[in-house]
Amino acid sequence: MRNILFGTAALLALGTGLAHAQIKIGMAGPLTGSNAAFGVQMKTGFDLAISDINKAGGVLGKQLVPVPVDDACDPKQAVSAANTLVSDGVVMVDGHFCSASSIPASKVYEDAGILQISPASTNPAYTDDGSPYTFRTCGRDDQQGKVAAEYIAKHFPKAKIAVLDDNSTYGKGIADQVRLNLKKLGVKVAYNTSYTAGDKDYSALISRMKEQGITLVYMGGYYSDMGLIMREGVTQGFTPQYFSEDAAVTSALWQVAGSAAEGMLMTFPPPAEKDPAAAKVVAELTAAKEDPSGYVLYSYATVQVWAEAAKKAGTTNPTKVAKELKAGGPWNTVLGPVKFDSKGDVVNAAYAIYKWHDGNYAMYALKP
Amino acid sequence: MAYALQQLINGLTLGMIYGLIAIGYTMVYGIIGMINFAHGDVFMIGAFVGIIVLTALSTVTSVPVALAAAFVISAFICAVYGFSIERVAYRPLRGSFRLAPLISAIGMSIVLENYVQVSQGALERAIPNLLPGGIVLLKQGDFVVQLTWMQLAIIIVTLVLLAAFTYLVTKTPLGRAMRAVEQDAKMAALLGVNTNRTISLTFVIGSALAAFAGVMFLLYYGVIDFYIGFNAGIKAFTAAVLGGIGSLPGAVLGGLLIGLIEAFWSGYATVAYKDAAVYSILAIVLMFMPSGLLGRHEIEKV
Repeated sequence: MRNILFGTAALLALGTGLAHAQIKIGMAGPLTGSNAAFGVQMKTGFDLAISDINKAGGVLGKQLVPVPVDDACDPKQAVSAANTLVSDGVVMVDGHFCSASSIPASKVYEDAGILQISPASTNPAYTDDGSPYTFRTCGRDDQQGKVAAEYIAKHFPKAKIAVLDDNSTYGKGIADQVRLNLKKLGVKVAYNTSYTAGDKDYSALISRMKEQGITLVYMGGYYSDMGLIMREGVTQGFTPQYFSEDAAVTSALWQVAGSAAEGMLMTFPPPAEKDPAAAKVVAELTAAKEDPSGYVLYSYATVQVWAEAAKKAGTTNPTKVAKELKAGGPWNTVLGPVKFDSKGDVVNAAYAIYKWHDGNYAMYALKP
Repeated sequence: MAYALQQLINGLTLGMIYGLIAIGYTMVYGIIGMINFAHGDVFMIGAFVGIIVLTALSTVTSVPVALAAAFVISAFICAVYGFSIERVAYRPLRGSFRLAPLISAIGMSIVLENYVQVSQGALERAIPNLLPGGIVLLKQGDFVVQLTWMQLAIIIVTLVLLAAFTYLVTKTPLGRAMRAVEQDAKMAALLGVNTNRTISLTFVIGSALAAFAGVMFLLYYGVIDFYIGFNAGIKAFTAAVLGGIGSLPGAVLGGLLIGLIEAFWSGYATVAYKDAAVYSILAIVLMFMPSGLLGRHEIEKV
C-alpha cells in the first residue's frame, strides 16, 4: 500500500514538469487475490531492476519510474489495469501474470502501441495470437506440458493417472498439453476432470479418485486450489504422487498444503538464481532479505531486456524497440542470454523437474 | 456401496455448514423481509477472528481451550458486527422503498470484504489440522470409508446448535416476540413487543451462528481468505431459497440437499458441473414449488 501511495506521489510530482527526464515503466500483476504471492514476486524483481538500471545511469540518460498496478488475475480488472497504464503513458509493461489476464490486456497494449513483456504467462495463445508488441521471458505450455508428460511416461509407467485442471485459460491449457502429450506417448489417462477454482470443498473429488485407485495426479491450475486438494487427500488417506506446473513453485503452496505437498513434483525453468549471470542480483536480493526464487528474476529480466534493446535502438519508441528485440540479441540478462523468435517467445526455453521436500522446493532433475 | 457412503458423509458435512449459514439468511428474511447479503461476510469475519484467536492462543494454552475461546470470541465479535450492521445499514432504511436495504446490504458486503482484505492481507491464511484422524466405518476391498473426527464434530455441533436454536424460537419469550414481529410488526409493537430490540437480537443471533459456521469452516478446510464469504454466502442463500426462505427447518434441509447434490454429482457425474447441477435443481424446484420446499405462500418481496 505504501509503495502504491509512494508511486502515486511520484507520478503527481512527474506531472509538474519533470516528465522529460524520465521514462515510465508499467508492471501489472496480481498484487491482491489468490495469486498475490506471484504478484509480489514480480514486483520485487521489477522494482530491483529499475533501481539497478537507474543507479547505472538509466536508459538513454533518463531515469526509469515504476508504475505498478494490480490486476488480481481477473481478466476484467486486467483490461482496466492495462488502460490505467496506457493513460499513464508507460512505454513498456512487465506483465501480466495469469495468461487469462495477459491475453485480453495484450489487445489494449496493441491498440496503444505499447510493449508487453510477460515474465510468467505461458499459455501458447498469448504470443500465437499476439501483436508485434507481445513478448515473454518465460517458456510456453506446449514446451512445459511435453516435459511433464515425458517425465510421467518415463518414471511412472505403471501409474493410474488422473489429470485435473481448474478450467482457467492457463490451468486448462497446460493440462490439455499434458493430456495430448501423454496420448502421443501411448500413456492412458484414467480420469480427466475440471474443478472450479476458488472452491474450498474437494472431498467429493478426492473420494472419487480414491475409489478409482488413482496413483498419480497431475494438476493444472494455481497453488491455492492445489494445496487444498492435497490437504483433503491426506485427510481421507489418499496419497498419490502429485505432479504440477510452474504455478505451484511458491512457498505459499506449502503454507496452504503443509506436509501434504511432500514429494510433489513440478515443472519449472532451470533455477535462474543458480545461474552465474544472476549472482550479483541474487546477492542484492538476499541482502534485502528477499527470496530470489520463483518469478523474481524473470520479472527482473523483463525490464532488463527492454532496457538493453532500448539502448541499442537509441529510442524508447515501442515499435522500434519491439523490432530491435526480435532482430537483435541474444540479450544479456540475469537468466543468461535471452533471444526472441519472430513471435516474441524465448528461443530454446528449457523446463526442469522440481520437487517439494520439507517445506522447500529444489530442482530434482534437469531433464525427463 | 462403500463409495456412496463416503460421498454421503462428504455431502452431509458440507450441507451442515451451508445450513448453518442459511439460517441467518432465512431468519432475517422472515423478520424484516430483506435479503441480508452481508451475512456471508459476517461468516468470513467469524473465520478470521477464529484464526487470529487460534494462532494467538495455540502456543499459550492447550488445543481444547484455544478452540473454545475461538468459538466464544468469534461468536461475540460477529454478534457485535451483526448488531452494528443492522443499526448502521438497515435500520435507517426501514420503511423506505423495498430495494434500498437490499442495495445497502450489497454495499455492506463489499465494505466488509475489502476491510478484511486491507487489514488482514489478500493472501490465504492456513492452520494445521487440529483434529487429525477419524474412525473407519467400512472397508470394501481397497476402499476405506472414513468419518474424520472433524466431520463428526461438525455434524454434532450443528445439530446441537439447531436444537438450541429451535428451542429458542419455539419456547422462549424472545422466540415468541420474533415470531410475532415476523407475522405483523406493527401489531406486535402495539401489543407491547419491542420491535427494534427483537430485530437487533435476530441479527445478533444469526451472526453468532454464522461465526460458529465460520470457525468450523476454518477448522474443517484449514484455509481461509477474505473471499470465502462470497461463495459460501451464495450457496447458503441458495439453500435458504431451496428450502423455502423464511422457514428455519427449510434452511437446514436446503443446506443438506445442496451439500448432498454437490457430493453425489461430483461422485457419479462430473466434478466440473456440480454447481450447474445445484442451480438446475434449484430452478426445477422453484418452477413447481415457487416458495421452496418448506416455504409458505406469501406476499412477494425481493
